[in-house]
Amino acid sequence: MTMLDIQRRSATTTEAPQVRHLPKIAKLIDVSTCIGCKACQVACMEWNDLRDEVGKNVGVYDNPADLSDQSWTLMRFSETEQNGKLEWLIRKDGCMHCADPGCLKACPSPGAIIQYSNGIVDFQQDQCIGCGYCIQGCPFNIPRISKKDNKAYKCSLCSDRVAVGQAPACVKTCPTGAIHFGTKEDMQDYAEERITDLKARGYQNAGLYDPQGVGGTHVMYVLQHADQPELYANLPANPKIAATVSLWKGITKPLGLAGFGLIALGAFFHFIKRGRKEVHEDEDDQLAIVRQSGSNGRDA
Amino acid sequence: MSQPNEIERYTASQRSNHWMVAILFILAALSGLALFHPALFWLSNLFGGGAWTRILHPFLGVAMFLFFLILALRFWKHNHLTKNDRKWLGQIGDVIAGNDDKLPPVGRYNAGQKLLFWVMILCMLALLVTGVMFWRPWFAASFSIDLVRLAALIHAFAAWVLIAGIMVHIYAAFWVKGTMRGMLTGKVGRAWARHHHPEWYQEVTEEKRS
Repeated sequence: MTMLDIQRRSATTTEAPQVRHLPKIAKLIDVSTCIGCKACQVACMEWNDLRDEVGKNVGVYDNPADLSDQSWTLMRFSETEQNGKLEWLIRKDGCMHCADPGCLKACPSPGAIIQYSNGIVDFQQDQCIGCGYCIQGCPFNIPRISKKDNKAYKCSLCSDRVAVGQAPACVKTCPTGAIHFGTKEDMQDYAEERITDLKARGYQNAGLYDPQGVGGTHVMYVLQHADQPELYANLPANPKIAATVSLWKGITKPLGLAGFGLIALGAFFHFIKRGRKEVHEDEDDQLAIVRQSGSNGRDA
Repeated sequence: MSQPNEIERYTASQRSNHWMVAILFILAALSGLALFHPALFWLSNLFGGGAWTRILHPFLGVAMFLFFLILALRFWKHNHLTKNDRKWLGQIGDVIAGNDDKLPPVGRYNAGQKLLFWVMILCMLALLVTGVMFWRPWFAASFSIDLVRLAALIHAFAAWVLIAGIMVHIYAAFWVKGTMRGMLTGKVGRAWARHHHPEWYQEVTEEKRS
């Protein structure tokens, strides 16, 4: 897994290595050609050696009902009526691999979350402390903490496969070719073709989902209704790291530390200037005198 | 019982209570600071690593809160702010300069101590409530994600205020000689009491006489 260069590391304030340039990669999910077969879910489980518990049918096609430590990707099914026609929208949910990852920003454990120079955001479970700050940081509600080991898990974009020049397992297995993998540039170009085609077929608002609020993502969607991403199982229209998280993890931290430093210095130099305040316990109480050493002291 | 020049300021039980809070505060603060800033993550080594720090911190915090609650209830009645206290706070420059003769007379606690008392109550309550809200794996999932985010922010802020307040508290206890002894042995000097807490001194000595 370390065959890729790391360009960002959680809870690390100094520069990460950034001399070498790897091409940015991306996974493109073409929602318009997805048939909801869940082969990607199976491939993900198989490659990553995961096996979720068999759940209960909750009356919808989503199976399992939600992402979990064992289910890193999930088809989410939504029904909507557009232009008088029923549409069944199927979105493969999972980590979006943000260029500006909220999870990495929030994580307090050095190196528990890393971003490879090709754009993949990966969790290092051996460094994970189980605090769940990544959940607070994520604008897409992706990381899940395992009940078994209290460590956070999510899609790794098959960083182990990508490191050796292979496409992620879900891409490899998709029977309709709805999932593509390559350089981000190539994926954007391919998405353009798909969007042109979709527009020609009457989807006037077809477009690419590559939200800039998180610096763009390394998992992108081609959406038939890119003007309403919420239709797709509440895909956020303008995802951003929450203001509370930015404030919590931003300027307040160095300012807070500086504040402690100033108080400590202030106290120390107050002592240097004033000395300690001492009342002498003279035999005669009435004659007790206050003494202060230092420049302003009122030595008796 | 006590030396003629000494007055009892704290009972053994009150002192133990105070130091339980103090010890738990140090542990909660160090484990919290480890997660507060990457530069302080090494503090997690004191607790057996990052995961142990995450596990222990909330328990230390809750224990600190419980002992503090007892302490606060015990000292509640001594901490009502009076007119003289407001005047004292207005002359904070004289306080820092040590111009004690210019300050209004002080009772059992001065206005700074009282203010710290109320700030600590607010901080402790805020820390408890917000801390529970993002305590994993148990409680965090019961709150909406936006509330959990806000809780983490307020928790960090309240912790900052509390730690800053305690830094001042510790320095003030060191600065005013004889104060630390009061909390360690329970006894303060007669002159110390008459000078720093004249109204309290009067109360105590009158009680003894009557």
